[in-house]
Parts: sequence; C-alpha cells; structure tokens
Amino acid sequence: MKEEIIIAGFGGQGVLSMGKILAYAGLIDDLEVSWMPSYGPEQRGGTANVTVILSDSPISSPVLNSFDTAVILNQQSLDKFEKSVKPGGTLIYDSYGIHRLPTRTDINIYRVDAMEATFDMKNSKTYNMIVLGALLKIRPLASVDSVMAGLKKALPERHHHLLPLNREAILKGMELVK
Amino acid sequence: MKEEVKLMKGNEAIAHAAVRYGVDGYFGYPITPQSEVLETLEALMPWETTGMVVLQAESEVSSINMVYGGAAMGKAVMTSSSSPGISLMQEGMSYIAAGELPALVVNVMRGGPGLGTIHPSQSDYFQATRGGGHGDYHFIVLAPATVQEMADFVALGFDLAFKYRTPAMILADGIVGQMMEKVVLPPQRPRRTAAEIAEQCPWAVTGRPEGRAPNIATTLELDSAVMEKNNERFQRTYAEIEKAEVRYQEYFTDDADYLMVAFGSVARICLKAIEDARSQGIKIGLLRPITLWPFPYKEISRLAEKVKGMLVVELNAGQMIQDVRLATEGRVPVYHFGRMGGIVPDPQQVLESFMAHFPEASNNSI
Repeated sequence: MKEEIIIAGFGGQGVLSMGKILAYAGLIDDLEVSWMPSYGPEQRGGTANVTVILSDSPISSPVLNSFDTAVILNQQSLDKFEKSVKPGGTLIYDSYGIHRLPTRTDINIYRVDAMEATFDMKNSKTYNMIVLGALLKIRPLASVDSVMAGLKKALPERHHHLLPLNREAILKGMELVK
Repeated sequence: MKEEVKLMKGNEAIAHAAVRYGVDGYFGYPITPQSEVLETLEALMPWETTGMVVLQAESEVSSINMVYGGAAMGKAVMTSSSSPGISLMQEGMSYIAAGELPALVVNVMRGGPGLGTIHPSQSDYFQATRGGGHGDYHFIVLAPATVQEMADFVALGFDLAFKYRTPAMILADGIVGQMMEKVVLPPQRPRRTAAEIAEQCPWAVTGRPEGRAPNIATTLELDSAVMEKNNERFQRTYAEIEKAEVRYQEYFTDDADYLMVAFGSVARICLKAIEDARSQGIKIGLLRPITLWPFPYKEISRLAEKVKGMLVVELNAGQMIQDVRLATEGRVPVYHFGRMGGIVPDPQQVLESFMAHFPEASNNSI
C-alpha cells in the first residue's frame, strides 16, 4: 500500500495540521510516513500545502510531481494541483469560494461542503477535521480510532479536552460523503 | 525494550539528539528554516535534566565564539544556523579549526546568495567543503538525507570531532529540516564529568591544576616557522580523516548504465526518478555522498569505469559537480542539473534532465 497525498488551501485552514494528524495515524498503523510542508511567509493568508505519503515500504522522495489523492480547499490550489492528480486518482474539493470547477474526467472528483458543515458544528476550527473525515470516508487510509490515537499524540495535553469535538467533526465529515 | 518510534521534523530531531548525546552547551540565534532546533531545545529545558546550557545569543558571531570558548574547555558544544548566519560565523569557525577544537555546527541551508530566500538550497557546498573561512582548514561535513540521519549525525559529528580534534558540520537543507518522518532517538547519555573531560581532553583549558603546565587555546602564532609546523600537523590530521572516514551510500549501482550523484534530500528525489526510469528499463544508479568532506573520490572513480555517464543533481548552480569531475578525470561525460534560490525540482524534472543529457538511454530500454 502506498498513498501519495497533497492537501492544499489557505494558511489558517488547518492544512498542515490535518496532514500531521494523518501522518500520526500512519505512525499508529506502523506505516512509513513522510510529511513535507510548504513552509514560509506564504502561510499567512496565502496558500499552504503539505505532501503526505503513507506507505508499507520505505519512502524515497518526500517531494512529488503527481499524487494519488488531492484535497483542495481553495481556487488557487485547484488551479495548481488538479493536473497533478494521477489518472484514476482522487480529487476532493470544498466548493466554498470555488468558481472554476474541476474539469478532469479521468479522475474521481468529490465535492465536500465542509465549510458549510462548520456552521452546523458552530465551530469554524473544526473545519480541517471535517475535511479529514470526508477524506477518510473516500480513501479509508486509516481507521477513525487510529486517527484519534494520532491526534492524541499530535495535540499537546492541554488541548486533550477537545478530542471528543474533533471526533465529532471527523464523523460529521464522513457523513457529508454520500 | 521496544525502541520508541517518534514522528518529528529533522530540526526537532537534532535538538532531541543533542540532549540525549549529553551535549554540554548549545548557543544559537534563530533563522528560518532551522529555528525549531533552538525552539525545541527551549521546550525540552535540558538545563533542568542533564544540565545542558541552551542560550540564545545576541547574534551568530556571538554564538560561534561561545562555541569556541566552550570547545576550548573540552566541552561538547554546538550551534546551528542557516546560510546567511553561517556566513557570519566563518571567522569563528576558522579559529575553532585552527585551535584544533572539537565542535558541531549545523547548517540547514536556504537559498542564497545574500539574505536570499527561506526555502531549501544546497548552495553552501563550496563554503562547507572548502573551509569557508580563511586559511587551510576543513570541517568534517556530514550530509543527512533523512530525519533519522539528522538525529544520528549529532552523535557521529561529535564522535568524529573529538576523535580528530577538529570541528564537524551537519550540512542539511530546508527539506530535511522541515519534513517530518519516523525517527528512533538514541538512548540518553549522561554528560561527561569534569574528571572525564580532564582525562579525555588533556589539552582542555580547565584552570591550572598543580603539576602541569597551563593549557592555552590560541590560534595566533607570529613565528611563521612554527605556524607552518602547525599547518603540517593540521594537514596530517586531514589526511588521516580522508583515509578513514569517507562515507557514502550506493543504490542500484550493480547493473547501472548511468549514475546520478546527489546528496541530502535531493538524493531521495533522484531515487524516485531512478525508480521511475527503471520501470521503463533505463538502468540508472545513485551514489549519495554522506561525507562531503572527505569526499568519496575513489568510489566515484571506480564507478566511472562502469557507467556511460553521470548526472550530478544539486540545489545550486553546480558545486559538487567539480568534485565529481575531479573523481572521473574526464573518462565519462558528467552533466549537471540544478535548481536555485529555494526551488526544489520534482522527480519528473530530474528524469527529464537526465533524458535530455542522455537521449540514447531510452534506445536500449524495453
């Protein structure tokens, strides 16, 4: 098993954290993992992205030109990464703020209205966990239990009271995928 | 006991490994993309456990001179910075080398020249491998490609530095500094006691005990005849290191028709390109120098007898390629592919460059 994933959106949407939690879930499941962020000043207000690789064999390059799965959370990222999805791969996008829709016909495209769902959750900070839930429903890369165990490792102890809310958000995201 | 596997950034791994090695002091000044080294050390608060000193100095010049002072006392001391900060340290680094003092300097390179960008680069290869400051000297230069190596090379760097009484450098790049992957940290070692330092480092400046002449750490020698003798001693040390400490890793070289040479995280990008090429029947191998000084000249020379050509891939305008050409002595064509200023090529671009230089490679493929 090898899954090469790009998660891309605005800085502040929790793109890097989402990738981190996915990587921790891979660690829990004894997979090889690689987490390579776009780091730098562009993360404030601009675009941010992270490449996550989960694999049962050693990972060579943490830098990739094509992806099995792309999770796209803004227009700039859709414009940039739609072409980088491997044929037969998966593109998941949030329609919020997207006015030019994806056009590829050789990949599986899922629209997930995660931003809208944060209104139901009454907490905009659950956004990336809702997206992660949707990703896990579409691409079952790790169990919810592994993700929660990963989240527990990734999150400082003072935030552990938020674990139930995050679990709720992940399940909410899973429900969004019909 | 099962070793605990952790997930962390390369920069964080360096900080953890430093505490666990029993480092006595870290002196540094923040700069992207390596600030996590200092930040992690501050969070670990080792002064409350091992007694390790962690100090944010007022500048890089100050950091390196604190390292110089600590090293003269026989302490295991280090600093870390990124390209422009390392340039500021060059005077102190020359002094540490001339003082025959062990120390560890970490450079997580970013795009230059000048203040440049904060993104990954390898354009300090010349500076790192040729000394960097004034005078005839070398640092032992280690180039990690994984987060595990970021952790492991802290111990390796210090061990070599103390063995040869010469400073070592970890020459990393923004990729391996910023990426997270699995790492197994070394067990915690105690810091050396004053008695152990006195025994292992009889040259150390530790006050003036009864019964021995004072130790003096200085690099000034106005008598040129003595200074030449000093230089001859340095060169003998370097010759010993060149003989015993060359480290490298080979991938797919057994049946390779062509060779890529790359160091650090770029070697991993090349490896992916090579995997793609091999799926098309194009047999490329990879040599990854782990020590950039001493450089694996002999090994590349041996491979020059086997392959039809080489591509050197670096995040610079062409620096290590000069050493590869010295090793191959014109026997095979050696080309360069580099990106600059903080741009990182992906595996496909590496392979495209290879095919542009060696179009005949695809003729033999299946």
